[in-house]
Amino acid sequence: MLRDIWLIFRRTMSISLRNPAWVMIGVLQPLLYLVLFGPLMERIVESTPGFPPGNSWTILTPALVIQLALFGSAFAGFGLLAEFRAGVLERLRVTPVSRLALLLGKVLHEAVHAIVQAALLITLAFLFFDLNAPFGGVLLSMVIVALFAITLASASYAVALSIKSEETFPQLLNSFTLPSLLLSGILIPITTQLAPDWLYKLSLINPFRYIVDAERAAFRGDMTMDALFTGCVVLAVLTVLSVTWGARTFQRENA
Amino acid sequence: MIKARGLARRFVARGRTVNAVKGVDLDVQAGELVGFLGPNGAGKTTTLRMLTTLLKPTEGTATVAGHDLRADPIGVRGRIGYVAQGGGTAPECTVANELELQGRLYRLSKADAIRRGTELADQLDLAGLDKRLTRTLSGGQRRRLDIALGLIHSPPLIFLDEPTTGLDPQSRANLWEHIRGLRAEHGVTVFLTTHYLEEADALADRLLVIDDGEIVAEGSPDSLKARVSGDAVSLAVPEGSGGKVAEIAGRLPGAHDVSTVDNEVRFRVPRGDTAMPELLRALDAEGIQTQAMQVHRPTLDDVFLTLTGRTLRDAEQAETREESHVA
Ligand SMILES: Nc1ncnc2c1ncn2[C@@H]1O[C@H](COP(=O)(O)OP(=O)(O)OP(=O)(O)O)[C@@H](O)[C@H]1O
Ligand SMILES: [Mg+2]
Repeated sequence: MLRDIWLIFRRTMSISLRNPAWVMIGVLQPLLYLVLFGPLMERIVESTPGFPPGNSWTILTPALVIQLALFGSAFAGFGLLAEFRAGVLERLRVTPVSRLALLLGKVLHEAVHAIVQAALLITLAFLFFDLNAPFGGVLLSMVIVALFAITLASASYAVALSIKSEETFPQLLNSFTLPSLLLSGILIPITTQLAPDWLYKLSLINPFRYIVDAERAAFRGDMTMDALFTGCVVLAVLTVLSVTWGARTFQRENA
Repeated sequence: MIKARGLARRFVARGRTVNAVKGVDLDVQAGELVGFLGPNGAGKTTTLRMLTTLLKPTEGTATVAGHDLRADPIGVRGRIGYVAQGGGTAPECTVANELELQGRLYRLSKADAIRRGTELADQLDLAGLDKRLTRTLSGGQRRRLDIALGLIHSPPLIFLDEPTTGLDPQSRANLWEHIRGLRAEHGVTVFLTTHYLEEADALADRLLVIDDGEIVAEGSPDSLKARVSGDAVSLAVPEGSGGKVAEIAGRLPGAHDVSTVDNEVRFRVPRGDTAMPELLRALDAEGIQTQAMQVHRPTLDDVFLTLTGRTLRDAEQAETREESHVA
């Protein structure tokens, strides 16, 4: 099983390493946020009460890391659809390799991809902006990003294989990613002081907000934080659910 | 090698039920080269996907390569090779990488996978292409790579779904040689589907004809042809002897459809080649000299026509019409 996961992981990796530029291109968008939006936020955070502790970069960078992972992994299903069309998936499904290993190998690749991008973005934020975060916290935030990528990629695979349509898939994704990003306080944290009551309550039913909160807590380096604990529990539950879903879809006939 | 009983598969898509395969019985012995012939949409691919564990049958049972399809699908997968109708190579992978990965997925060690990959590349005229991305291969090369991938673990049984569709005549003839070689040199049991009559005729020891999800005939290409209508024989005879020749020909065992037009006598017999000497002796005894004669072996198209009341081409056109109607 481990061997199979490793084989599939290595193969997926070697295909994506053929175009390493994509890793950079992905980081470009959050970098623009840092450059063009970060300075704006710096003033707002200083003059407005209600923000979580830490300077604006400690609030913005972890959120951008999550956003980056979300966009990277949610679209993973596209690659899978291409493999499905080429018959690669069927070819792999007729070998003795377990279908769970097929899924895990691919999903692991998405996790590594997300970690590399996150590391790149955080390094840039350290070097050129006033990001200030403890090393241990950043490491923990990487674990969160990896699990988050695994969760999204598995779900993305499951959805892609269920609808099997290159046209419907992006529409479905867009109608899901934007609201869940906005409702997790990506740019401005949704706190009781900053947000109207109804918006705050609405955000509470969005599981991603807890993950963003946890990521921010990790960046602050406050390991006793409530937010970190809640976020990790939510994330763990989501990961288990999503991988199970993905595995079932891979297992199911005709997928 | 394969034993299937009552294999059936139903699809429900957008509220419409399609009975793609309706209870198929199959027996394939080790070392056979069996052809599965039928028009588009007959259920060939669906049957193959069931036999290769990719699709769960709605009904029926099967044992493939000694393992039960339902109870031990993993056991089946390790002992068969499958080459899908549309192939299965990743466009952005190199030939060598694909072969190695496939071998390792079938539990070969890295060294064995590489060795076996090179061996197959040589056998299938793919030598020297190992660094090429598969999307840069020609259609024939890619098809041979598909077959190499299916053979990497030296399975005793291989399923080929329309191996030569879309190839030019030369690549097709070349691939036929390779397929014959599989059986002759390596003792592999081959189960292949096709809707080309020439292909079924040229390759298979035994044919199963499938139409609309049901097996409508079975036998060697020759026996199928003989069973259906027999060979068509035409004789050019001297002026005025037509009636006499027709009478003699009609006395041959199994002769039918005797007709005389001008100075030509036509009839059908089960085996034209064995009937001819007898006919010639009989005509000789009557002192009649035939001037020319021809024996036409019936084609599988004739077979299909007699079995289903339409030709293979008609069946395909009907299918195309149906599809465009749905779309
Ligand atoms: N996944 C599916 N969902 C719904 N219908 C299907 C599915 N797969 C096959 N069918 C239908 O089942 C029937 C048999 O299809 P199948 O692919 O087995 O035919 P075939 O003999 O392989 O044809 P061809 O020569 O075109 O490859 C067709 O009517 C097809 O539309
Ligand atoms: Mg088919």
